Amino acid sequence: MGATSSIPQGATDEPDLTQDPALPPVALDPTIHEAEEAHWTPLKIGIWVAIALLGGLSWVMLAVVRGETVNAIWFVFAALCTYLIGYRFYSNYIQKHLLRPDDRRATPAEYKADGKDYAATDRRVLFGHHFAAIAGAGPLVGPVLAAQMGYLPGTIWIIVGVVFAGAVQDYLVLFFSMRRGGRSLGQMARDELGRVGGTAALIATLTIMVIIVAILALVVVNALAESAWGVFSVGMTIPIALFMGCYLRFFRPGKVTEISIIGFVLLIAAIVGGGAIAGTEWGAAMFHVEKVPLAIGIIVYGFVAAILPVWLLLAPRDYLSTFMKIGTIGMLALAIVIVRPEITVPAVSEFATSGTGPVVSGALFPFLFVTIACGALSGFHALIASGTTPKLIEKERQTRFIGYGGMLMESFVAIMALVAALSIDRGIYFAMNASPALTGGTVEGAVTFVNSLGLTGVNLTPDMLTQTAKDVGEASIVSRTGGAPTLSVGLAHIMQQVAGGSGMMAFWYHFAIMFEALFILTAVDAGTRVARFMLQDSLGNFFPKFKDTSWRTGAWLTTGIMVAAWGAVLVMGVTDPLGGINTLFPLFGIANQLLAAIALAVCLAIVAKRGLFRYLWIVAVPLAFAAIVTITASILKIFSSVPSVGYFAQNAAFSKALADGETSFGTATSVEAMEAVVRNTLVQGILSIVFVTLAVIVIFTALQATWNAWKTHSNATNEDLAVPSRIFAPSGILATPAEKATQALWDALPSTKRKAREH
Amino acid sequence: MSGTQGAAVPGLTGVVRSAVARLAWYIRAVSGEDAYDKYRAHHESVHGPGEAEPMLTEREFWRDRADRQDSNPQGRCC
Repeated sequence: MGATSSIPQGATDEPDLTQDPALPPVALDPTIHEAEEAHWTPLKIGIWVAIALLGGLSWVMLAVVRGETVNAIWFVFAALCTYLIGYRFYSNYIQKHLLRPDDRRATPAEYKADGKDYAATDRRVLFGHHFAAIAGAGPLVGPVLAAQMGYLPGTIWIIVGVVFAGAVQDYLVLFFSMRRGGRSLGQMARDELGRVGGTAALIATLTIMVIIVAILALVVVNALAESAWGVFSVGMTIPIALFMGCYLRFFRPGKVTEISIIGFVLLIAAIVGGGAIAGTEWGAAMFHVEKVPLAIGIIVYGFVAAILPVWLLLAPRDYLSTFMKIGTIGMLALAIVIVRPEITVPAVSEFATSGTGPVVSGALFPFLFVTIACGALSGFHALIASGTTPKLIEKERQTRFIGYGGMLMESFVAIMALVAALSIDRGIYFAMNASPALTGGTVEGAVTFVNSLGLTGVNLTPDMLTQTAKDVGEASIVSRTGGAPTLSVGLAHIMQQVAGGSGMMAFWYHFAIMFEALFILTAVDAGTRVARFMLQDSLGNFFPKFKDTSWRTGAWLTTGIMVAAWGAVLVMGVTDPLGGINTLFPLFGIANQLLAAIALAVCLAIVAKRGLFRYLWIVAVPLAFAAIVTITASILKIFSSVPSVGYFAQNAAFSKALADGETSFGTATSVEAMEAVVRNTLVQGILSIVFVTLAVIVIFTALQATWNAWKTHSNATNEDLAVPSRIFAPSGILATPAEKATQALWDALPSTKRKAREH
Repeated sequence: MSGTQGAAVPGLTGVVRSAVARLAWYIRAVSGEDAYDKYRAHHESVHGPGEAEPMLTEREFWRDRADRQDSNPQGRCC
């Protein structure tokens, strides 16, 4: 409360950061850090040579040797070694030359401290918070869909992309937002790019949010439709969360760990119980829901969840989802290392070049880079990195560990999802991920379709599909598109080798479905809320009453508008005669990458205004790449003459067929279906145009700001004024010897002096 | 801020005990359960006992926290 008044007024250009002489050092001199880094003992050299050699060997095994099969352990080593090297050397380079954090400066958590929103948080704890906020279904779904191009393109993009693009974006946005008191990406865009760029960024963010929520919801619908077990166990999370919410509100406020454990036990009971109930006749009938009613159910749920107070549903489910997320990811990593599955998928498949893959259409460039967004480069993270995290950072140098390191961790999740998807039989993979329009939704249809693809080493039999379906406790696994079911089969396949054997496969499958559905539903709820506030804020410029976010009618109205927007896209995806996920998923990736381009464009302008042109390439390279990929992908989606790629080409083909009086065309078997295709492709095409236009405006204004900064040698900054810090903390996961020595001085200080009063 | 300073009890049980304590501290902190403790510590360090601004009780604090989340929602990533 009132802590902002501690910012000194009227400081000069060169802020005085002289620290309180009564305190031990609040920062180590940069030369000490450099001396520690430059001090190469034989042991250190040995360790880094070993990491480099192991990483190199792993990449050779993946990219060059390419035997009949490749062991999954090489993916793990290639990823970990590359991350370590990227973190140690590249992020250090960025820290030293581009960001130049100064631990003598207080962070917003210190100078704005209120014990609530702004509170210095231990770096390792904040790493956990930040990771839980950035990691969602994205890194689990994208790599699964991209596995149709073979294992190598996705692996290279995830690992190299994160080191040079994704982690850089997260790190930069987090640092710049921290220097600006925790300002959001939208506010930074307005400050740095002016009114036009800022407005375009805001509209783009809002539209992108709608698409992302819609497609996440589509993934859940595809995973749960016609699965009584899944519907029951995921449905049970609602009463469980309500119970947890009431427990925390009325019975034992603040006992988060306790109720999370209770909730987790109930969740497992719901999964086990789901199997028993789906096995009964009435249960199978009651919880068997078709896609369209399920989609409508999720839309209604989304609206209700977003207007309920957060303590009742969102917050408790968030606790569950965090537990599940960290637990399951840790478990999967361990299982992959123990089981070390052999992967028979080719390094680069025929679909990488032909672009005719049944899972998502389009060739490797640019569509691999939009199919895998999260895990390599995710624009959505810019919203998180400019949200809660910067308000909790204890010391400036910690942004590297939390921002860059947190994203490396998410990338590792993507690699594990890829391994899980690759470990299942390739025939089963295509049977699950080809749209019902191609397989007819039947075992026979799927077998005929997959075998007609003429893939080497793939010989699918009806038995394989029915047996797998039986193992995972589902009636059918044909055309279970969206990535989540495939990942779940992969995870179940790996986990049953560690625990429980094939009898446990059904449990692990539904455990994985639950795990994904939980945080997708949280993302849907939270996304709707955030979008509603953004819409209220924008509408408030025209109708001031909307600015009042406690105005009930306005809140319901704007929530309704946002839900209607993503709900329309969801229904479009669910009813799409062309299959839904394979036409919509590229839009999701393009939207996410365009947001990344916007975030990087804002960073570019900031770096230029600081006058650091020598190091501008650190931002310019990933920005150029993201811009080229997404603009090319958008242009192909708009202008390509290949109907499976271009929305308008598809639109024209179906319109012509309708005009010719045909009653079926391609995979659409009725006039209504043909009309639906015409309608859907028009909407998707228009969305592509909107996205690319907005992104081009933002990038253009950023280039303009950069050019102006170059011309005028400006040294303008929108940073908050520097305030001397009064606390100390190490910067990385482990304290260095010099940091330990300083920490010892602080620990020796009487606790009354350690946190001196801020006024 | 450096977490539980695991007391330097020698021997294996000491190591195990301090590891368990650290894990418990970490889980509590990551789940956000220590939010009220942090608020109280902050409040006590900033406001003297005789000052006007009263400290929220635990129940009030968690309600206030929920209200703040209501009026300032945070996105979850995809």
